[in-house]
Amino acid sequence: MVEFALPKNSKITGGKTWPKPAGATETREFNVYRWNPDDGKNPSVDTYYVDIHDCGPMVLDGLIWIKNHIDPTLTFRRSCREGVCGSCAMNIDGQNTLACTCSMHDVKDGAVKINPLPHQPVVKDLVPDLTNFYAQYASIEPWLKTTTPTPQKEWKQSHEDREKLDGLYECILCACCSTSCPSYWWNSERFLGPAALLQATRWVKDSRDEATGERLDNLEDPFRLYRCHTIMNCAKACPKGLNPSEAIAELKLKMVERQI
Amino acid sequence: MTARIERPLSPHLQTYRWTLTMALSIIHRATGVALYSGTLVLAWWLIAAATGPAAYANVEAFTSNFIGRLIVFGYTWALLHHMLSGIRHFVWDLGYGFKASEREALAWGSAIGGISLTVLLWIAAYAIGGGR
Repeated sequence: MVEFALPKNSKITGGKTWPKPAGATETREFNVYRWNPDDGKNPSVDTYYVDIHDCGPMVLDGLIWIKNHIDPTLTFRRSCREGVCGSCAMNIDGQNTLACTCSMHDVKDGAVKINPLPHQPVVKDLVPDLTNFYAQYASIEPWLKTTTPTPQKEWKQSHEDREKLDGLYECILCACCSTSCPSYWWNSERFLGPAALLQATRWVKDSRDEATGERLDNLEDPFRLYRCHTIMNCAKACPKGLNPSEAIAELKLKMVERQI
Repeated sequence: MTARIERPLSPHLQTYRWTLTMALSIIHRATGVALYSGTLVLAWWLIAAATGPAAYANVEAFTSNFIGRLIVFGYTWALLHHMLSGIRHFVWDLGYGFKASEREALAWGSAIGGISLTVLLWIAAYAIGGGR
C-alpha cells in the first residue's frame, strides 16, 4: 500500500544534543536516528560531535567512537568493518550504503545524517527488522536444484558458464538495494525486491541448476517480479557495485524468451 | 512476557535523497495519468470537428483562452515526455542501458528531449498557424 506519510508512532520528534567532546580540536556532527522500545516514546534524532582526530575515517568508525566515548546505548549492527558481511547497512545522508565503506569525509557539508534502512520496522535505533527480507530470500530457494543423479565428484561448470555468475554471486544480502526501492516500500509483502530477484537470477543463470523453468514459474506473478518499474535506486545504492535492475531485466527477458 | 511491541516504521521518502531515475520514474507515471484526461480533450476536439462548425467553435473558445492553451501545452509535453520516457523503458526492457552513465544519460535525454520537442512543436505550430 502506498502511504507517503509515516504512521503516527513513527514520526520523528525532538532529540537530544550531546555535549561536544572536551579537548577536541575538530569535530564532525552526527545526526543519528534513535528509538528505544522500552520508553514508549516516538523516534528522535540525537546530535553527537565526534572528535575526528581521535577516530577512523569511516562512518562506522564514527558510530563506534560515539558508542565508546559518548553514549553506550547507541545500537547498530556491525561485524567485519570491510564491506563483506553487510551488517552495517544503513541510510547515510539520504542514501543506503554500508557504514564501514562510507567515508564520513565523502558526506558533503554539515552533519552526517544516519537513519535505519528505509521503510522497515525498527528493532532499536539503527537496527531494522529484516525478517521479511530474509523470508523472501528463502522463497527463491537459493540452492542448487537438480534431477540428474549426483556426480561422483563435483558438479562441473565451464569457465564461460561460471563467468555468467559474475555480478550476481558477490551479493552480501545487506538489503541496501531492496530498502532503497520505492516499489518495495509500497509492496514489500508481495514484491520480492531487488536483492531476492538478483539472487533468483543467480540461480536461473547457473548452468548446473536444473530447475530453471520451475524458478521462472515461481516468479511469474504481477507482484513478485513485475512490481519492478526500473526505478534503479537499487543499482545506485548497491555498496558492492552490482546492478539488481539489470538482473531483473534479464529475468523479464527470460520470461518472454521461453514463450516464443 | 510483555505486550507485543508496536515497532515504528523507519523513515523512507522523508529521508531518501532523490535520484534522477527515481524522479523520472514518478514523472513517467504522472504524465501517464495526465494523458488519460488529455486524451479526453483530444477526443472532444475530434468529435467536435466531425460534428460541425458550432461544436468546433466551442473547442476553439476553450483552447484559445490562456488556461485552455496551458492545458493543451501541458498535454503536448506529457505526450512527448511519456513517449521518450517510454522508449527509454523499451531500451531497458531489451536489456540495454543499465550502466550508471547510460541510465543517467537516458534519463536526462528523455527529460530534456521532452521539453525541447514540446517547445519546438509549439514554435512550429505558431509559425504555421500565425499565432492563432
